[in-house]
Amino acid sequence: MGYELEFTAILANIGPLLKGAGLTLGLTAFAAIFSLLLSVGGAVTRLWGAPWAKALVGAYVELIRNTPFIVQLFFIFFGLPSLGIKLTALMAAALAMTINLTAYGIEIVRAGLEAVPEGQCEAGLSLGLSPLRVFIQIVLPQAIAVVYPSLVSQIVITMLESAVVSQIAVVDLTHVADLIQSRSYRAFETYFAVAVIYLGMALGLRWLLDRAGMQLFRSQRA
Amino acid sequence: MISLSLTDVTWFLLLAARWTLLLSVIAFAGGTVGATLLLLWRYGAPKIGQRATTIYIQFFQGTPLLLQLFLIFFGLPMLGVEVSPLFAAGLALTLYASAFLAEIWRGCVDAIPTGQWDASASLGMKFVIRMRLVILPQALKIAVPPTVGFLVQLVKSTALASIVGFDELTRSAQIVANATFEPLEIYGLAALIYFAICYPLTVASRRLERHLRVQSHRSLLARD
Repeated sequence: MGYELEFTAILANIGPLLKGAGLTLGLTAFAAIFSLLLSVGGAVTRLWGAPWAKALVGAYVELIRNTPFIVQLFFIFFGLPSLGIKLTALMAAALAMTINLTAYGIEIVRAGLEAVPEGQCEAGLSLGLSPLRVFIQIVLPQAIAVVYPSLVSQIVITMLESAVVSQIAVVDLTHVADLIQSRSYRAFETYFAVAVIYLGMALGLRWLLDRAGMQLFRSQRA
Repeated sequence: MISLSLTDVTWFLLLAARWTLLLSVIAFAGGTVGATLLLLWRYGAPKIGQRATTIYIQFFQGTPLLLQLFLIFFGLPMLGVEVSPLFAAGLALTLYASAFLAEIWRGCVDAIPTGQWDASASLGMKFVIRMRLVILPQALKIAVPPTVGFLVQLVKSTALASIVGFDELTRSAQIVANATFEPLEIYGLAALIYFAICYPLTVASRRLERHLRVQSHRSLLARD
């Protein structure tokens, strides 16, 4: 049993690894920003929309949450071109991640909106604020503050799940790992090191978003 | 290009879904054993056990399942252990499920008020008896809804086994889509089959949770 661990291949490829990690984080940031906006719209529709719109958003949420991300990704990347919608791998990855995260985001934001006491809304209206301003300035900030930790968790999960986009040749962190191991024949060391990088990114992202949350919602906490 | 009727394709994918179910069952059974061992270690040896299980859970929850799978499927052969796709997927999902189930169940045990521990201890019950008669019956009850909810996540996770070449539902869909050039229909169909497996579990988890909430509300009222 003369197997010795050797991490030189990892050290020699710091550049590509950093690029891959950057792409993973970039995709996550893209999905997080657009999902948050879409989730607010979706949650509002699910709570106060027309019956058909409620049903539509509900079906979307259930369909996405009960099917694997990789199937959603393949459906978008391989399936949509047959409808004439051609996407690059990167666009397909960003779209799939956004669609996936939005489904979870809608449920999370909805829970937050439901948690805001009705009195807040009534108080705002009685001050003569327009319903839109009441929603944007009073209800929404409180709702997001309540569910912020869940949103952070879901964003981190999305980042970890994004490893799958390496399968449609997006050069993310996992894809870089595949390249390194296929050249160096050091599969164990490579995947282990990259798993540790992901762990660091997950912990770092959580820490960063938690800090940001503390700053953003300082006034919300009594 | 091969043309297959929709019935042929559906039948082929449904047969492949059996492997998805088998893999889910293996992962859940293995995960149950693994999580139990982790929790016994955690509560049995408060110092080392607690730290070691925390690191284990942190690693498996904080890294992509795909990399855990690659680590086993491509990494173990390098260390001299040959593994088949089924074994690699089964093992990776078992380790993964152990971490998540341990975390879920730990939360449930910790949710039991300390008064229950103290009261049973003051009655002279030993650790094992206390666990079996007082703590676990209460913890298991609140553990059911999140455990069923996790099953949904587990079934979906088995799709990653397709990447190491295990012929479950997703890989079969890939094979058919490559042969018929109808990826939209095939992946849509595969998604529907996953939905048919997962949605009932989602609904069950939600119902159980609501049922539990009503029950605990009633018992609170009864206590007053």
